[in-house]
Parts: sequence; structure tokens; C-alpha cells
Amino acid sequence: MQTAITHPGASHAHAHSHAHDHHEPGFLSKYIFSTDHKMIGIQYGLTSLLFLFFGFLLMLAMRQQLANPGQPIPLVGGLLLKVFGEDLAKDGKMAADLYNSFGAMHGTIMVFLAIVPLAFGAFGNYVTPLQIGAPDMAFPRLNMASYHLFFWGGVVMLASFFIPGGAAKSGWTSYSPLATVADLNNLIDGQTLWLLGMVLLISSSLLGAVNFIATIIQLRAKGMTWMRLPFFVWAQFVTGFLLLLAFPPLEAAGILQLSDNVLGTSFFLPTGLVYNGAVMDISGGGSPLLWQHLFWFLAHPEVYVLILPAMGIVAEIIANNTRKPLWGYRSMVYAVLAIGFLAFIVWAHHMYMTGMGTKIATFFQTTTMMISVPSVIILSALFISLWGGSIRFNTPMLFALAFLPMFGIGGLTGLPLGLNASDIYLHDSYYVIGHFHYVVAPGTIFGLFAGVYFWYPKITGRFMSEFWGKVHWFFSLIAMNLIFAPMFIQGIRGMSRRMYDGGATYFAAGVGADPGILWLNKFITHAALLLALAQVPFIINFFWSIRNGRKVDSDNPWQATTLDWQTPTPPPHGNFDKEPIVYRGPYEYSVPGAKTDFTPQGQPN
Amino acid sequence: MEIPYTVKPRPDTGLYNAKVGIWLFLASEVMLFGAFFSAYILLRVQAPEGFWPDVANGWPHGLLNIPIGTFNTAVLITSSVTVVMAWIALKQNDFARFRRFMAVTIACALGFLAIKTFEYKEKFGHYVIELTNGTRVTGHLDVNGHSPLFWTLKDVQAAKIEELKVLVDIPNKFRFPVGHTIPEEIHKAHAAGEHHKDQEFKVSDIASVKAFIPSTHPFFAIYFTMTFLHGLHVLGGAIVLFYFGFIGSGMWKTDPERFTNRIEVGGLFWHFVDLVWIFLFPVVYLL
Amino acid sequence: MSDSKHSGAEAAAGHHHHDYDFAAHKKVYWVVGGSLLVGTLITVLAREWEFSSVALTIAVALFIASIKAFLVCAYFMHLLSEKKAIYLILVTTGAFAIAMVALILLSDKDPVSGTRAKIHYVP
Repeated sequence: MQTAITHPGASHAHAHSHAHDHHEPGFLSKYIFSTDHKMIGIQYGLTSLLFLFFGFLLMLAMRQQLANPGQPIPLVGGLLLKVFGEDLAKDGKMAADLYNSFGAMHGTIMVFLAIVPLAFGAFGNYVTPLQIGAPDMAFPRLNMASYHLFFWGGVVMLASFFIPGGAAKSGWTSYSPLATVADLNNLIDGQTLWLLGMVLLISSSLLGAVNFIATIIQLRAKGMTWMRLPFFVWAQFVTGFLLLLAFPPLEAAGILQLSDNVLGTSFFLPTGLVYNGAVMDISGGGSPLLWQHLFWFLAHPEVYVLILPAMGIVAEIIANNTRKPLWGYRSMVYAVLAIGFLAFIVWAHHMYMTGMGTKIATFFQTTTMMISVPSVIILSALFISLWGGSIRFNTPMLFALAFLPMFGIGGLTGLPLGLNASDIYLHDSYYVIGHFHYVVAPGTIFGLFAGVYFWYPKITGRFMSEFWGKVHWFFSLIAMNLIFAPMFIQGIRGMSRRMYDGGATYFAAGVGADPGILWLNKFITHAALLLALAQVPFIINFFWSIRNGRKVDSDNPWQATTLDWQTPTPPPHGNFDKEPIVYRGPYEYSVPGAKTDFTPQGQPN
Repeated sequence: MEIPYTVKPRPDTGLYNAKVGIWLFLASEVMLFGAFFSAYILLRVQAPEGFWPDVANGWPHGLLNIPIGTFNTAVLITSSVTVVMAWIALKQNDFARFRRFMAVTIACALGFLAIKTFEYKEKFGHYVIELTNGTRVTGHLDVNGHSPLFWTLKDVQAAKIEELKVLVDIPNKFRFPVGHTIPEEIHKAHAAGEHHKDQEFKVSDIASVKAFIPSTHPFFAIYFTMTFLHGLHVLGGAIVLFYFGFIGSGMWKTDPERFTNRIEVGGLFWHFVDLVWIFLFPVVYLL
Repeated sequence: MSDSKHSGAEAAAGHHHHDYDFAAHKKVYWVVGGSLLVGTLITVLAREWEFSSVALTIAVALFIASIKAFLVCAYFMHLLSEKKAIYLILVTTGAFAIAMVALILLSDKDPVSGTRAKIHYVP
């Protein structure tokens, strides 16, 4: 749509998709079995935000245990006892196995059920077809199938909490042989459901990846050449390829581990494995390292899946709120393609402690160092893009700006982990937890928050409250740093990850003097509570603004140049009346001689 | 606005949407089966010595029926030919010929699966028996004239058998890996046309009875996993081709070009399934 | 689509020319099919030859399989006449698949001393 038309009646959380050429679909077809990318994007968005919240709650319970090990968990101790029983939550206290299952599920839920579905499934689905000028995704029914596979995969994962033995408790990394022996009493245990859930989630992502890549290749509007694509679309394109090619080996590994758990095979169980003092009655001959290779073959590209969409969102918001084109767009495109390639050949930097030969370890160290270059190029280009801009400090921009140094810290702290020598000390310590949370929490999640505040007006026709948005931003930023910065200190001082009591018994046994770790545990937990409080205005703002937010005064309230802002609000089914034509690049802001400080991509000369 | 390029190809890429989609999907399948092949290679290369009876190294050879496997390969290759012929028949506007070739394709698929089922069943009744003195033999059981499946030592004991009758395999030369000298008596037995000899073992001398099932040895684990997964793809492909060819074939009347594209896309998947078998067959049966 | 039956065949020619030589293509498919069957027989019979080393045996088996795979891809899947986009996707995939297999196997070589148990199976 070239002209801005205010679409009345857009006061619903779920976008009304008016079908022009046939009758209104029923409730089920419109909201549950929709094939419209916008509705599917909203489905993904709401579901993943719920999972994000649930994963957050798991973390809060774990932090309680770390701050006050062995004490009953306040508020929810009784609930834990009722749900998990005496074995896992006697007197409302968190048993080690319960802590371990919360840890494994926190990681799994955050990565696979919250961040990726929000970044790729929600934002990707809603925005990508709009930004390329397409009426929908290439395969709408496949899109619907992707969402449902995600949803039911999530249900299976959640269900695992309620079965005997509880949820998976061998880390989100599910290393064998622990993942097989953790619950030998139950044939269908939490790990089995985890694996079944993963098969569903992986299938969802694979179908989604096929859809995204085919859509971007085939459905770009006339004039939308590759180098006129918004960086957001490039980011989603590379993310799609990462998902497409990296997930299948984990699916294979998942099937093999499922077979170990349920059929008694020994794909990952070595000969002579001893459990509880006795040699296990298994065939043996398997390789635990095989699981690690196949797992990390996915899990490393997965971290780029976590960050690239957020970088894409931040890029859009920075260009829009500096009122100038992105600096180094071309470099950013080549850099994101380079990340896409290199991502596949760095994975064993997660396995430096497995006794790999020095030649191969050096290979992985080299590729790992190489991949930091394109990441720095993208971050630098975004920083430089600020120079000389007329910066508008609205809530999306504040989150986008905060993303930059936070991702910088996250990325830089990854360097000692990517270098073999320093990793020998830091591996599996709290330093690692600090590093990856910096990249994903004040990194990606801030990018996603920015996206929520930015596209909310397009989806609902109303703004979220600026004031409460800024409150949310300010306290989240402080709290995130207070939570994760001390973890670097804890890690360097030798604290291991995944200790259910934060090291309390270690120090109590007099093994060594506590260099402040136990105090830092308490400090971090308080900061986590601050972070929890900071989300309250966001949650209220999100729902309140649907009906009560300030109405937009046009279809393009941010005065943006990309095609997604050239549609009615919200965009109708089919998005565009007729195929849009693109005349210029995506960031023609402040073009000298132009009447306004932005020239939309689809506006004729 | 309708979704473009569902039938007509996009000018700059020269492709219609479904073709891009299926090739992307096949790329992911390459990675899936590639991961399984990696697993196979790693497991085999690091199998401990003496892990399997009859030979000095850890990996069994020659346990799979090669003539049957070869025939199955031929069946799948034939189905690849017939599915592409079905597509060409459509382009020549010969719907009846298309139907015939599709029927043959699906029949081949079902035949492949039937033969595979027969092979699986034979394995489930084939055993490795470990004696208390440390020696191991392989063979089928003879319990009152029939050959039971999935038995363990517990089942033998529960059947109140005192002397277990086993048709002990005389290993064929393919049971020995490359470069390994084959014992003289094996040569003699094969020259005489013997493939197994009947032996009886006291149940009290038996330490374990394990069928050729996944939990018995990583070879079976990976063999069954990979062939079962491949079989699922054969089944899935057959179902889709059946739907395209018979149930959903009304599209030929309303949108013949789109229908032909569907057959092309389905055929591409089918050829991929054949491709996997082209590598899987020599790797698990012959090497 | 005015005349569905007639335009169907022509339109379904896709990226082929209007004077698409059906007979020639069909002949190619039969020949390729036959070659695949012959290749299968060769692979099976090759086992009768005693090769000097394991590596050579594997190389021969995979070589024959690769030729068969090439025939299926090139002719049945029309890859010989396919578009650049598809080639790019496949070459990328192939590179990553090879990297995955190679790097996993190479990681198993020359382990740091003392980190691998010497397993000898004792029945």
C-alpha cells in the first residue's frame, strides 16, 4: 500500500484480518488454525512470551535456593511440595534433583520455547513478508503447522514436570551418559519427554526455516533487490539457513539418545560404564563424545539464531531513530553472511576439555577467533551509525542503544572462552554463565523488547506508554548488569556452574575459604528480584495499552522508510492491494533536497 | 494480493516456490542422514576389540542378507524410474499412463517395506549366545520346531528347557573383515554346502541369550535406526505420492500445471529417498 | 487456463522449451535406470575381489555409490539443468555435511595422552 490509510477499529490484540474476497472465517480458522503470517506471528509472540515468563519463574526459584541454600523457598515452597512431592520438595525446600531439573528446563525453555520462537517465529513471521512486499509467506499452511508443532512441543516439555521423576535434569545440554542414567527407574522419564518435545520443536523450526528462506528468495516485490532488503530481512534469512542445516544433526542425536533411553541401546554409553558401583548391563561400545559433537553442531549455530534477529531489529530501530541511513550496510550484509558460514565450523570450542588433539583444537580456536570479526563489524557499524544522527530517545531506541554495549560485553567476554588455554580454567564456571547471559539477556532480550515497543503500534494501532516503557528500560538495564557482572567474578574465583547450593557445602566442608562467592549469590538474587519487579510495568503496559494506549495518528507513526510501515494499521489479509514496487534502498532518511526527512522505499520518484 | 510464483516460475530465479521449498527441505535431510552416517563411522571406528564374536575386531560383518538387500535396492531404483516416467507422462498429457506409473511406484515402495519387514523379522529370531566359559556363538533357536523371536535367557528358563537346541551359524566368508584369514574348517564346511550345524547347549552353561536387536550391539542399533528412519521416509513418501496420484488428482482437471509441479516435487523427494539407500546399502550390508 | 488439457502439457513444460523432446528424455531415464541396476550389481560383485586394504575397499564402494548418486541427482532430479539458486543451496549443504563428518572424525584422532581409556572387551 503506497498511501497511508488509518484503519479504524484496530483496537483488538489479535489483528483483524479482513478477507476481501470471501466471508469472515470462524473463530477456529481465524485464531487457532490461521494461515495468515500476521496471526501466526502473534500466536508465536504470545505463546513465547508466556514461556519466557515461565522460564523466568524457574530462574527465580533457583536463585532463591542459591541465596539461601537448604531453606524453604518463600511463597511457592508449598506449591513445589504439592506438585513435586516429598522426594523433590520436602518442606518446600529444593532438593538437588529439583534444582537440576529447574536448571535444565530453564535453559531449554528460554532457548527453544521463548527466545527463538519470539525472535524468529513472532517477529520474523509478522514483519518479514511486510518488509519484502509479499502478501504472505510462501507456504501459509506449512506456517500454521510450524506454530502447532511448536505449541505441542512446548506442552510436552511442560508435561514432563508432572511425571514421576520430574523433568529432565541433565542440563539443557543433556550429555550422555547422565541423560540416560538420571532416571533409570522410569522408562518414560523427563529426559524422554524432553527428547520427544525436541523432535517436535526441531520439526517446527525446520518447516519454518524452509518457509522463510523460500519466501525471501521468491516473494520479494518488484524492485526489491537483495541489496535493498532491510537488514532485518537479511538477519532472518541467515537465521533460517542456520536453523535449516544445523538442527537436523541434533534431531539425529535426539533419536539416538531416545533409543538409548527407551530401547536400551548404547549409542552414547561406553563399554564398562559403571553406575551405582556396578557395571551396567548394556552392550556398550558407544561414544559420549558423539552426543557432544552432534549436540554442539546445532547448539553453536543456535546462539547465532538467538542473536541475529535481535541485531536485525536493533538495526531497523537505530536507522529509524537517528534519521539517517545505516553506516556500512553492505559490510553488515557480508558480515552476517560470514557469520552464517563460520557458525558451522566452530562448535568444538564447547569441547576443549574432552581431550581433543591439539591440531584439531587449534582449528576450532582459529575459526572461533575468526567469527568474532564479522560480529565486531556489525556492532561497530551500528555504533558508527549513531554518529551525526538526530537521535530520538524513545523506548524502542533506548532498548536498541542499550543492546550495543551489552552485546559488546557479552561478545568480548566470549574471547577467553574461545581461546583454548584460558578456557581450560573458565570452562563450566560461572564466567560462562555470565558471558552467555550477557549476550542473550541484556543482549537479545533487549533487542526483542525494542521490537515489541516498536511494532506494537503497527499491530494494535496504539502506542505503549512511553513513561512506563522508560521505567521498564531503566530498571531492567541496571538489574541485568547487577545480576550478570558478578558472575564473571564468581567464575574467575573458581565457582562451578550447576551447583545446586551455590557452593555452600563446598565451603562448609572447609575445602577452601569463600572468596565472597556466597555473598555474591545473595547479591545476585536480590538483583534478580529487582529485575522481576522491573518487568511488572512492562506486563501491565503491554495489556493495558491494547485498549487504552495513545492511538496512532497515521499508519507510519515512526516515519519509517520500510514497506512494513506503508500498510494499513493493522495490515489486512494479503497485506497489499496490489504488488508494491520498490524504488530505492531501505534507509533513505534525510535525503538532501527531499521534502521530509524520510523517503519510503515504495514511494514513486 | 495472491501469493505469486506458485505455478509460474519467478523470472530472476527461474523457479516456482514449491521447488525452492523441496530442495531446502532435502538439504536439511542431507544433514540429518549425514549425521547418522557420522554416528555410524565413529561408532565403528572406535568399537572395542573383541566386541563381537567370530572375528578379532569389534564390528560384525556379513550378518545381513545380501541377495535380499540387493533385490530391495533394485526395487527402489525401479520406483525412481517409474516416478520420473509418471511425471513425463503428465507433461505429455497422458493421465492414464501417469496413473499406471504411479501405481507401480507405490507398489515398489510397499514391496520394499514388506521385504524390509521380512528382514527385520529374521533378525529378531537370530541370536548371539554367550556361554559361561566365555565363548560365543550365533544362530537361530529351535524350540519344539519353531523359531521364537525376542527371547532372552529368562524366556529359555521360563520355557523349562534344559538343553537349548541352536542352529549354530557356520560363518560365511563375509563374516570376516578384509585381510583376515579364514579358518580351514570354514572353507571345508562351505565347500560341503553347510551353513549351520545343530548343537545343543545345557541351559546351565549359558550366560546370556540376546537377539539381534538394537540393544545387543551398536551395529544392530545403528542398522535398525537408520533403516527404520529410511523406511519411515519410504512410507511417508508413498503416502504423499498416493495422495497426489489418486486422492488429490482432481487438480489435474482444474490446474494441470500446478498438479504436474506437485508430481515433480514429490518425485524429487522420492529420488532423495532412493539416494539415501544408494549409500546406506553398501555401507551397512557390504562394508 | 482456457483449454486446460492442451495448455496443461505445454505450460507444464516449465523451464523446458516448447519442442521438448519427450522421447529422448524418456530414453535417458531408462538408460540411467539400467545403469543404476548395473552399478548395484557391480558393487555387490566387487565384494568377491579381495582388496589389499580396508581403505581401498571403502573407497571402491563409495566411488561406485557416488557415481550412482550422481546419475540420480543429475538426471532424475534434473540437477544438470537446474537453476543457480538450487546449486548454491546444495553446494553449501554439501560443504557443511562434509565438514561435519570430517571434523567429528578428526577430533577423535591424536587425543591428548591419558584421556582415552584403552578398552578391550572382556566378555
